[in-house]
Amino acid sequence: MITTGSKAAAAIEKARAAGRAALIGYLPAGFPDVQTTIEAGLTMARNGVDLIELGIPYSDPVMDGRVIQDATVQALANGFTVPQIFDVIRGITEQTDVPVLVMTYWNPVMRMGVREFSSRLAAAGGAGLITPDLIPDEAAEWMEASDEFGLDRVFLVAPSTSPERMKRTVEASRGFVYAVSVMGITGARTTVGEAARAVVQAAHDAGAERVCVGLGVSTSEQVREIAPYADGVIVGTALVLALRDGGVTALAELTENLSTGTGKNQP
Amino acid sequence: MTDTHHAPAGPGTETSAPDPVEPAAAEAFLSHPGSLRHAPGPYFGTYGGRWMPESLIAALDELESTFEAAKADPTFIAEVRELNSSYAGRPSLLTEATRFAAHAGGVRVFLKREDLNHTGSHKINNVLGQALLAKRMGKTRIVAETGAGQHGVASATAAALLGLECVVYMGAEDCRRQALNVARMQLLGAEVVAVTNGSQTLKDAINDALRDWVANVGTTHYLLGTAAGAHPFPAMVRFFHEVIGEEAREQILELTGKLPDAVCACVGGGSNAIGIFHGFLDDPAVRLYGFEAGGDGVASGRHAAPITLGRAGVLHGARSYLMQDEDGQTMESHSISAGLDYPGVGPEHAYLADIGRVTYEPITDAEAMEGFRLLCRTEGIIPAIESAHALAGALKVGQRMAAAGDTVADKVIIVNLSGRGDKDVATAAEYFDLLPDGGAEKDIAQEGEQL
Repeated sequence: MITTGSKAAAAIEKARAAGRAALIGYLPAGFPDVQTTIEAGLTMARNGVDLIELGIPYSDPVMDGRVIQDATVQALANGFTVPQIFDVIRGITEQTDVPVLVMTYWNPVMRMGVREFSSRLAAAGGAGLITPDLIPDEAAEWMEASDEFGLDRVFLVAPSTSPERMKRTVEASRGFVYAVSVMGITGARTTVGEAARAVVQAAHDAGAERVCVGLGVSTSEQVREIAPYADGVIVGTALVLALRDGGVTALAELTENLSTGTGKNQP
Repeated sequence: MTDTHHAPAGPGTETSAPDPVEPAAAEAFLSHPGSLRHAPGPYFGTYGGRWMPESLIAALDELESTFEAAKADPTFIAEVRELNSSYAGRPSLLTEATRFAAHAGGVRVFLKREDLNHTGSHKINNVLGQALLAKRMGKTRIVAETGAGQHGVASATAAALLGLECVVYMGAEDCRRQALNVARMQLLGAEVVAVTNGSQTLKDAINDALRDWVANVGTTHYLLGTAAGAHPFPAMVRFFHEVIGEEAREQILELTGKLPDAVCACVGGGSNAIGIFHGFLDDPAVRLYGFEAGGDGVASGRHAAPITLGRAGVLHGARSYLMQDEDGQTMESHSISAGLDYPGVGPEHAYLADIGRVTYEPITDAEAMEGFRLLCRTEGIIPAIESAHALAGALKVGQRMAAAGDTVADKVIIVNLSGRGDKDVATAAEYFDLLPDGGAEKDIAQEGEQL
């Protein structure tokens, strides 16, 4: 795993130094519009997230559950276009030091051109990419472009990942690895399975300095459960619901509440 | 990526012409010493691969190793052969269509009768093979996607035969239009889930089947219906359909004493086409033609002809030609034939197009329906509207041979008649204005019911 020059690694290490797991908040860009996403990102930054994850709305999001699907469908219906992701990133990074990662399915990147996309992402101040349907086996072009522009590349690992693949994926990553907590798709769950702990352990054993847990995390109780063994906790669906139903006020409240669970040494 | 032929186009090239397949490429193939048969994947040139969530990679690995072991196991091959002959009705006939051929410039036309298989199409070849693999993996449940319902019905059939639980994902819009096919699947014991996500069509049904698979991969096999998707699906689905081409090659040699001059098939995802093409890939004198759904015409934007459009991308696990907008969002496809109404195509077809081994052309809805009408009237066979695209293409190919001054009586074309048209009667009746005004059938047909 590469650490040098990684904005995501720096943010996670800063949290670690403060005795916390990093809190990573996800929102789809352009939901419901570009300006709101910028405000929402800044709201999360001011209320306790250490890293912002922005999703690019995509027509075929196979790893996403209904809440995020519906939000991205709305963003697209409202006219979101892929290059606007750079406007959102710029709008956020001009006003906060909290790094912004982009979560994207691969075809929109491939369509723009991997190098072109990477160049514009770096120019906008973006930290790198989380790639739910790109595995290291297919990532030669992205490995090259991310090296050239100093971008983080966050690959996913899952409970089903073999030890060999775990090792290869950890080695290919820059910043952190994204541990999928359960076999399934995004969406709030009442419990985060025991599988999450095992995936994090396996990733650490394979040499990962930073492993963050996502999928199904929606409450501060769940954050509290994961923070002692993981280096970061990723929350998505719950934040999308808060923004959708209660605007930035509700988003601020939930973010602050989630951040209370990040302490490494729980009382 | 070393793909210089079809590097991703930049924004703003949405209406640009497809990259031409250089005529020289075909000649290059003809002198190619290697074999194109049995391409193992994961890559076909720069196409194919595994553009998939990590969560599913272990399942794809398991499927690949099970498939490779099964292929080498005489017991498995015997099981497939036995089901093909005693259950599906193979070998399917090769029927000469003389009255139809009179409209094709006077060449001889033979129909590979996949329409006579159990469940009415080539789809049964693949579902039986994959359902057997599911059992070998100890899986107790299969999930499948379906557009019009053909693959869903075939999957439900195989599941019933082999005692597997079956869940079929189908766009809510398609469920409404295909209520009787939903009932068929239910009669066979399958659960049909109406998909209300996205555009509520076939591609969204695939998305939901993938989401189900990710969550239930321990017990569940995803029985993908076409030669697309992540490795090993394209090579595996082709393997189970290779029997079409093998039989056709043997049959035509027996009937005419020589190889055909051309083989024609329709291409949606491309499973029936790759199945029949495979038998002839290494016979350079045999011209291969894949006919995509041209809808209202490729220039109209309302079509399902990704190869003709000529822009590569990744969808549902493979890199291939794809109908996408300048942002890389998948575009909606349009075709009168539900079975061809898909914005992507199998990766091996993309490769065969690039190297010039197979020629791909669009056939409009109107051309396909003329081919449909003609076969009904001249041969007493009602074809699936999908297969009617291959028939319409064969008419063109034959007429071109005649126009080129070839001795047409010596020329032989095989058309893969991939399915029968019983399911399409309502659509065709509406298209040809055969229904009485105000009748219930009219309402059904206008909603697209395909019985």
